[in-house]
Amino acid sequence: MKLEIKDLRASVEGKEILKGVNLTVAQGETHALMGPNGSGKSTLAYTLMGHPKYQVTSGQALIDGENIIGLTPDKRAKKGLFLAFQYPVSVQGVSMFSFLRAAYNNSRPPGTDSPTIFEFREVVAEKLKMLSMDEAFLTRYLNEGFSGGEKKRAEILQMALMQPRFAVLDETDSGLDIDALRIVAEGINKVSGPNTGMLLITHYQRILKYVKPQFVHVMYQGRIIESGGEDLSRLLEEKGYTWIKGYGGEEEVAQPAP
Amino acid sequence: MMASKVDVVTDDYKEKYGFSDPTDSYAVQGVKGLSEKVVQEIVRIHDEPAWMEQIRMKALRHFLDRKAPSWAPELADIDYQDFYYYASPTKQAANSWDQLPEYIRNTYDKLGISEAEKKFLSGVGAIYESEAVYHSIQGVLSKQGVVFTDTVTALKEYPEIMKKYFGTVVPYQDNYIAALQTAVWSAGSFVYVPEGVKVSMPLQAYFRINERNMGQFERTLIIGEPHSEVTYMEGCSAPVYSSQSLHSAIVEIVAQKGSLVKYTTLQNWSRDVLNLVTKRAHAYEDSMVSWVDFNGGSRLTRKYPSIYLLGPRAKADIISVAYAGAGQVQDTGGKAIHLARDTTSKILSRSVSKDGGHTAYRGLLYIAKGAKNVKSSVRCDALLIDERSTTATYPYMEIQEDDATVTHEASVGKVGEEQLFYLMARGISEGDALSMVVNGFLEPFAKELPMAYAVEFNRLMSLEMTNAVG
Repeated sequence: MKLEIKDLRASVEGKEILKGVNLTVAQGETHALMGPNGSGKSTLAYTLMGHPKYQVTSGQALIDGENIIGLTPDKRAKKGLFLAFQYPVSVQGVSMFSFLRAAYNNSRPPGTDSPTIFEFREVVAEKLKMLSMDEAFLTRYLNEGFSGGEKKRAEILQMALMQPRFAVLDETDSGLDIDALRIVAEGINKVSGPNTGMLLITHYQRILKYVKPQFVHVMYQGRIIESGGEDLSRLLEEKGYTWIKGYGGEEEVAQPAP
Repeated sequence: MMASKVDVVTDDYKEKYGFSDPTDSYAVQGVKGLSEKVVQEIVRIHDEPAWMEQIRMKALRHFLDRKAPSWAPELADIDYQDFYYYASPTKQAANSWDQLPEYIRNTYDKLGISEAEKKFLSGVGAIYESEAVYHSIQGVLSKQGVVFTDTVTALKEYPEIMKKYFGTVVPYQDNYIAALQTAVWSAGSFVYVPEGVKVSMPLQAYFRINERNMGQFERTLIIGEPHSEVTYMEGCSAPVYSSQSLHSAIVEIVAQKGSLVKYTTLQNWSRDVLNLVTKRAHAYEDSMVSWVDFNGGSRLTRKYPSIYLLGPRAKADIISVAYAGAGQVQDTGGKAIHLARDTTSKILSRSVSKDGGHTAYRGLLYIAKGAKNVKSSVRCDALLIDERSTTATYPYMEIQEDDATVTHEASVGKVGEEQLFYLMARGISEGDALSMVVNGFLEPFAKELPMAYAVEFNRLMSLEMTNAVG
């Protein structure tokens, strides 16, 4: 099964950001999407998930051969697509527990019974342990007052619970200290497997020390201008982007830790 | 704005709440209109003492001699002769569930009350149509000397307590509608908690209007003697009517030294009801009074629960939550009147407007000369679901002592696109996402409720939210 992005073009407030993106991620594969700021990486993530601000002008995004463009975000999630947000949104008064439960129940195949509160508690306890998170976390309000690291861990927790077929991780490594990065990366590795295709959007090389992609892509000005294997990321770290054909931007080295 | 009109209600709402019972079996049908005769008839039916009749007559004259206040223009538009001021479904209050007429039991069943009762109620006073029809007090309560009955019965059985306190917290001269209410009140709850007694379960009453154009005038009196504790809950739901219905209640609370009185309201009158309520508490030394108030029904509600802090270290806590949908106005808020030193007050208001509904926060913080070292915080937040809906705040403050610590915060927000997108990205439908955001916003209220009520409250708000989206 594949997530296929075919000649995808998208605009925000009339300005075209994605200018024909082609990318295929199969289940079980991990892809890294790199590129300088403003190249359209996050726009791709939001467009795939169906943010109303991002207008698709042409092209397709297919899951298992079915175009998901035009579906509302909840429908896309139910097709097995997951987005780990770079900036998770907080919602006051909504407990993590009830939110996670809703997310979990919505990720299950139609017709299956939702677990009881007690059953769900066990499911979530196991995932919390995996991410070195305290159970007290469940009583807090959704992302409210969370540190940067807690927010990112919470995103991975949601991914672990929903077990998506395809996950787009939008700069999940940004804003994390080295310990938090390691925990988050371990979490990603545990969730990834033969049933999940990952698209890891990152500005930095460092997460790729922990999460090993089979494929690396470089995005620039709304297109993917270079693709390769894991060695491409090392090349980017050493030489920056300027050597890539079609890169017209400033000298920028894919930075190590800030 | 105030012309009678039928609000469009959804089938869901009708099915769940919009049932109507035949009214033929009413023991007393009542007479339409307001006059000395009608008031005398109420006195006769209740078999009331002369002092009460005198208060009623004075109140009636006070009302008839005055004009409606200019700040509430709808009060002048009401045709006060166009209501029934008394109707009673049964001649006497029943003391067990089985004694209730079948159609009343059916009504309660549809509201899910009998189930709730089985689950966690141990003492219930239910009020149906201005008259207590069902009443059961748990044995423990009466052993403790706690009185929980309807106000008419209290007038007969506890005349000295009634005479001592009735109208002392909200006198009939207090406001225009209070005068009318005092003249024609016909039911309500009476709670008396003796010194040192702590009532562990909430005392609950259910209110319901079931007669076209019928006025509902409940009069509730709660006395917490020194160092006592009690929680009172009222929840309402009403059938859908096509013509205006008037509801006006007065609640008086006396919280004596060191006592704790909490009063929780879930107001969900049908959307043609005019709901004009005066709720006030006197809080003495070291006592604490909480008003926890939700207004989601009615066409127009005016209600500003207030607490007079009369003794040192008394505490006031007001949570006022409102929802206004199509054609609705919720003009609510709270008042804290600090008349003693070292007193504290906290007012939290949260409102949600949708489909052109209007909410207003109207509040008063008053700190009198001599009330030293007062602490007060007022916070009002409004959430607008769409462009057509509106909100307003009228926070009045009068502070006569320099050493008061006062904070006031207000905000108006819209449900964020980013919040909805985030929730929907987790497979949650747009309607459910909106419900989640709104219920989260109103959580300070819901967490004050017993679990089953909180669940029902969340369901109610979800129903309101999903109708528009779906």
